[in-house]
Amino acid sequence: MSTTHYSFKPLNLGRILVWGGFALLLLVAPLIFKSGLALTMLSQIGYMIIILLSYNLLLGNGGMLSFGYAVYTGLGAFCTVHVLNKIGAGTFGLPVSLVPLVGGLGGMAVAIVLGWVSTKKAQNTFAMITMGVGELIFAMTLMFPEVFGGESGISTNRVVGDAVFGITYGPQIQLYYLIAVYCFICTGLMFMFSATPLGRMLNAVRDNPERVQFVGYNTQVVRYIAFIIAGFFAGIGGGLFALNFELVQGSAVNGLVSAWYLLFTYIGGALFFFGPIIGAVLSVLVGILLSEVTKAWALYLGIVFVLVVMFAPGGVSGIVMLNLRVVAFKKFNRLWKPYLALLATVPVLVLGGASLVEMLYHKQINAEMNPVFKYLGFQLDVNQPGDWIIGAVVTAVGAVLFEIARRYFKRHWDSAQEEIQAIIRIKEAA
Amino acid sequence: MEFFTISLLNGVSYGLLLFLLSSGLTLIMSMMGVLNFAHASFYMLGAYLAYQVSAWIGFWPALLISPLVAALIGGAFERYCLRQVHKFGHVSELLVTVGLSFLMLEIVQLIWGRAPVDYRIPAELDGPLFTLFGSQFPIYRGFMMGVSIVMLVSIWFLLARTRIGLVIQGALTHPDMVESLGHNVPRVFMMVFGGGVALAALAGVIGGNAYATEPGMAVSVGNIIFVVVVVGGMGSLGGAFISSLLIGILTTFAVSLDYSLVDLFRLVGTQLTPSSPGYSVLGLKLSQVAPLLPYLLMVLMLIFRPKGLMGTREG
Repeated sequence: MSTTHYSFKPLNLGRILVWGGFALLLLVAPLIFKSGLALTMLSQIGYMIIILLSYNLLLGNGGMLSFGYAVYTGLGAFCTVHVLNKIGAGTFGLPVSLVPLVGGLGGMAVAIVLGWVSTKKAQNTFAMITMGVGELIFAMTLMFPEVFGGESGISTNRVVGDAVFGITYGPQIQLYYLIAVYCFICTGLMFMFSATPLGRMLNAVRDNPERVQFVGYNTQVVRYIAFIIAGFFAGIGGGLFALNFELVQGSAVNGLVSAWYLLFTYIGGALFFFGPIIGAVLSVLVGILLSEVTKAWALYLGIVFVLVVMFAPGGVSGIVMLNLRVVAFKKFNRLWKPYLALLATVPVLVLGGASLVEMLYHKQINAEMNPVFKYLGFQLDVNQPGDWIIGAVVTAVGAVLFEIARRYFKRHWDSAQEEIQAIIRIKEAA
Repeated sequence: MEFFTISLLNGVSYGLLLFLLSSGLTLIMSMMGVLNFAHASFYMLGAYLAYQVSAWIGFWPALLISPLVAALIGGAFERYCLRQVHKFGHVSELLVTVGLSFLMLEIVQLIWGRAPVDYRIPAELDGPLFTLFGSQFPIYRGFMMGVSIVMLVSIWFLLARTRIGLVIQGALTHPDMVESLGHNVPRVFMMVFGGGVALAALAGVIGGNAYATEPGMAVSVGNIIFVVVVVGGMGSLGGAFISSLLIGILTTFAVSLDYSLVDLFRLVGTQLTPSSPGYSVLGLKLSQVAPLLPYLLMVLMLIFRPKGLMGTREG
């Protein structure tokens, strides 16, 4: 394993391709998706990538499960807003392009102060402490309206200062490219960090803290430094968030926001570096699109999260990598039929189950106004027992078919994995 | 004196309720190594179930039925979800309980709505218990204290004085040995999880009508019991007891005290005005910062004694 990380040959073609492709994607994405909504989503994805990658610095690399991460993004955003307002008032001179760095330094400063207490303990206690600290800071934002703007928050204007090369950040597309540049650089820096000796030591602290102590390292100091670095990138993400919305409210440091980061970092996958990038894309899609489509989105999200934790602890990226491994070992020819079976049965189960959930939500929230609502082209009436029965029957049939397909899939999947393990063992022994 | 006595009694009753919650959490944590993030959700579930059952057949059956139903749900969750992710390690175990807390919040809102429900103290427990210095102490506060204490003594008795307790304690330290003596350790874990959850639900039954039964109750209490456990020392029941009472009394006193640091300065002869530097901090009344105090206590504890009041492990 270690050889892949320490080989700095003059030309690492794979790496150039991946990073070049990433840069190209950031560059051309707004040229392909031109609508206003798409641009908003792309901008949000950009800073979400920074935030979730920095979160994964703690979760994936350091094994630290933080429940108060919004503190660092939120306070970074507040720093940005205050500096931006000072620039607008003419009392502080800094080009807007560099303002997210202020957010980064703000997040870092907060991490330096709060991180020492938070990283005193690892694992479960760390999770509880970060939650408590997050709650402390959130309560404080409501207590000091001069600093945090109380309920309404603090608004700002990003079109301030002198335009550098004619860039004013008035049009969203200019801001998108600023976010894209930050996103690319921060992603690169965080990837490089994971290969430094400190990054490797962080993995060791995650996997075997006692041994690290025997070697002579202070585990708390390693965690603390990682915490500060993560806080810096979180602050940059928060700063870009502030530039994007031109408004920051106390709710930006809320525990719900922290939970949101955790959820999507994990769903994207904490084991691979690119997992949180997938998570960031998913989080924006869910946050903007899914919440438009259905009122039950939080329930669906919860179910998906539990399913991921129980059956795919590597998240989406883990699923992708496992399947790539199957392809690489030429075992996929056995799996495509089971996959087809799953593909045929899952929609039945999901459609049936979702129809019941939608009817429940509709009954609960706005059945008094109109008991009939549209569900994927069907007219469903919550007062009609027939509609409930049809939904239940479809769900039940879907569940039975899915269970058959799942067993069929599991049989083949397990045997394929076992054969791959055997091949790897033979290779290692040779 | 009147204020002091009444506040102290209210603080102790709130503290005992906190301990009922944190004892379940501590039991599960020290026994299975699982930090149950959904613990406060079971508190909420207990309150809602009690509201429903008491609407149907009265409060007294609810006092029994609600914790039992919650224990069944908790046991099933342990058996079919938690045990499945055990092989992936503690982080996955913690996360599956986080997922459960999301789902429970959504489902409770789906069944009982997003507004607070009208879960009231039963008529026979409504009224003053005794009059002290001219102010009345409600029967229900006394009832809460009574239920908590009875429950705690029975847990202690169960763990320390019975054969089942012996097996549970053995399963905690030497699961393999207990297993080879013929006890079903996974089932012991399931029972411990269900028991801990039942304690949380019981706290919900008696706390839901004393405070408020609403969807936000899990989050507000959940944070506090984590503070209780960290301050008391991880896995220590005695520590959890002391810190529950401490935090219960601290917050109860603080909400009714309208003093700020400005008043302190006035005592020593310095008059501060809203134009003095730092007035926004110094002028905050103790009642305003009351919600902060548990968290401040936690931070101070971590700085000066990271292992907590009665903690044994520094880790």
